[in-house]
Amino acid sequence: MEEMKVYFDNNATTPLHPEVKKEMIAAMEMFGNPSSMHSYGREARANVENARRMVADFIGATEKEIVFVGSGSEANNTVLSLFICGASQCIPGSKMRSSIITTKIEHPCVLETSECLAHRGVRVKYLDVDQYGKVDLDQLSGMLGDDVGLVSIMMANNEIGTLQDIETIAKMVHESGALMHTDAVQAVGKVPVDVRKLGVDFLTISAHKIYGPKGIGALFVKKGVPYCPLIRGGHQELGRRAGTENTLGILGLGKAVEMRALEMPGEEERLLELKHILRNGIAASIDDIHFNGHPTDSLASTLNVSFTGVEGEAILLYLDIEGIAVSTGSACASGSLDPSHVLLATGVDAELAHGSIRFSMGRESSRQEVDYLLNVLPGIIERIRNMSTAYIKGGLHAASR
Amino acid sequence: MLQAGEWAYSETLKEHFMNPKNILQGENTDEFDGVGMEGNLQCGDQMMVVIKVDKEKEVITDCQWKTYGCASAIASTSILSEMVKGRTLDQAFHISPKEVAQALGGLPDHKIHCSVLGDKALRAAINNYYTRNGREDKVKQEEAKVICQCMSITDHDIEDAVLEGARTYFELQERTKLGTVCGQCKDEAEVLLEKFKHIHFGV
Repeated sequence: MEEMKVYFDNNATTPLHPEVKKEMIAAMEMFGNPSSMHSYGREARANVENARRMVADFIGATEKEIVFVGSGSEANNTVLSLFICGASQCIPGSKMRSSIITTKIEHPCVLETSECLAHRGVRVKYLDVDQYGKVDLDQLSGMLGDDVGLVSIMMANNEIGTLQDIETIAKMVHESGALMHTDAVQAVGKVPVDVRKLGVDFLTISAHKIYGPKGIGALFVKKGVPYCPLIRGGHQELGRRAGTENTLGILGLGKAVEMRALEMPGEEERLLELKHILRNGIAASIDDIHFNGHPTDSLASTLNVSFTGVEGEAILLYLDIEGIAVSTGSACASGSLDPSHVLLATGVDAELAHGSIRFSMGRESSRQEVDYLLNVLPGIIERIRNMSTAYIKGGLHAASR
Repeated sequence: MLQAGEWAYSETLKEHFMNPKNILQGENTDEFDGVGMEGNLQCGDQMMVVIKVDKEKEVITDCQWKTYGCASAIASTSILSEMVKGRTLDQAFHISPKEVAQALGGLPDHKIHCSVLGDKALRAAINNYYTRNGREDKVKQEEAKVICQCMSITDHDIEDAVLEGARTYFELQERTKLGTVCGQCKDEAEVLLEKFKHIHFGV
């Protein structure tokens, strides 16, 4: 088979949609500051507000509920950090409670900010997940109480694709009197997201996960919910995020969600079929594998597999040589010494976590690409296993003898 | 704009990763004179080194291996297996991780620890050879010395912490909890910290 270039790392980032690119190239001429009253400024303002309407419409929010931010990470930092402001009464009239709840499988920008809050006196409770990465609702029910002010649970997991039932969770959270945030960076633009239906108070969006540019995201803040900016000192975004607007990025995000609205119908089904072909193909051609994530409540684009006796970075780099881009939960590829915290939270042992590979497809992924991958992968795994101390067919370790 | 960058690794390392030399085929190690294994799967790195020895000259005539690990782990075992052939057991015993890294054209800092296991496994194989041949007197144990009595931290722990990125006494404490109780080991730990930084990173 002829060598192809296959990009199966869409959960890391996506290529710009050609329409987004066109929009942004045109927008490069538009340099006005949206805060200026002259025609340059008014042009920029009109376009920024148009993009805001696109984003709001896409998730069923009103325009005033959308705050443009620099990234999904910034949005998540903002939500968790404003909790401290609420708890210390720097938001007038608000006295938030002193604990927050999040999960063990959140993105590091939530986990590390939570740790920071813990150092500042906030009590942080971490929800476990089951073997598929689903939050335990009974455990949540037990944790909720008079002390909990905020619950932050991601909608779709970036590594294993597992989807949480945010609608049910938000109901439980609100019944207990707490606020609900969901990091929906991996969900928006892949599955239908309607903030009213979900019933959330905060929701995080990132442009570059949905064929938009990097460096721009949006935070949905429900009307009437206590808020305090993370970046202060400007009237932009109705005083909720200081700094001159990233007009180019905002226009790119607006166009990206517009294109998502057009292209999403039918896409999930198509990707799901590709995922089944990929999953079945791997299962049929490679022994001793373990699929991670939920079998059904999962992003159609994401498949996470562990290969016994094989370290993930080696797989990633051999695939790279063949023109295929993926990512791994191995520690070696991350610069840290621990493998994926998400896989460990699902109860996968460290060895299998080191040997995990995430395939994340996107709008351009095709059957040909899946076939090419299926053609190349078994040979790579066999090759690595042949040189591994950790693999003998049937799973007995050399080390154990 | 710049084109796709080179790998984080050198060309030599890439070559040894793509075409590893001297992989032990199958599981049978009976025909070898010494077998050593280091590392563990939970940490994501494990290496097995097997050697054949010319008993007259005490020279390594063949060295094969298996490795579970990342690209730099695979490449460093591969190049090590080339380096040791023709060396005496004594010479081979003293190959340092730094030599392996240099032969590979350098390793990124956070990958140094991958190359440490290869020479450890080699030393284990050499010790194994001595043991099998009734030469226990030649077996050199890498005995750990406890530096911090309160937290039971050894010089090996300090070396590991340096390999994992600790560069200052504070970072060493963060990783090992060394010196966090009575603090009496600070001077000795700082000397070792500098020593291991020098051995592994030349700083």
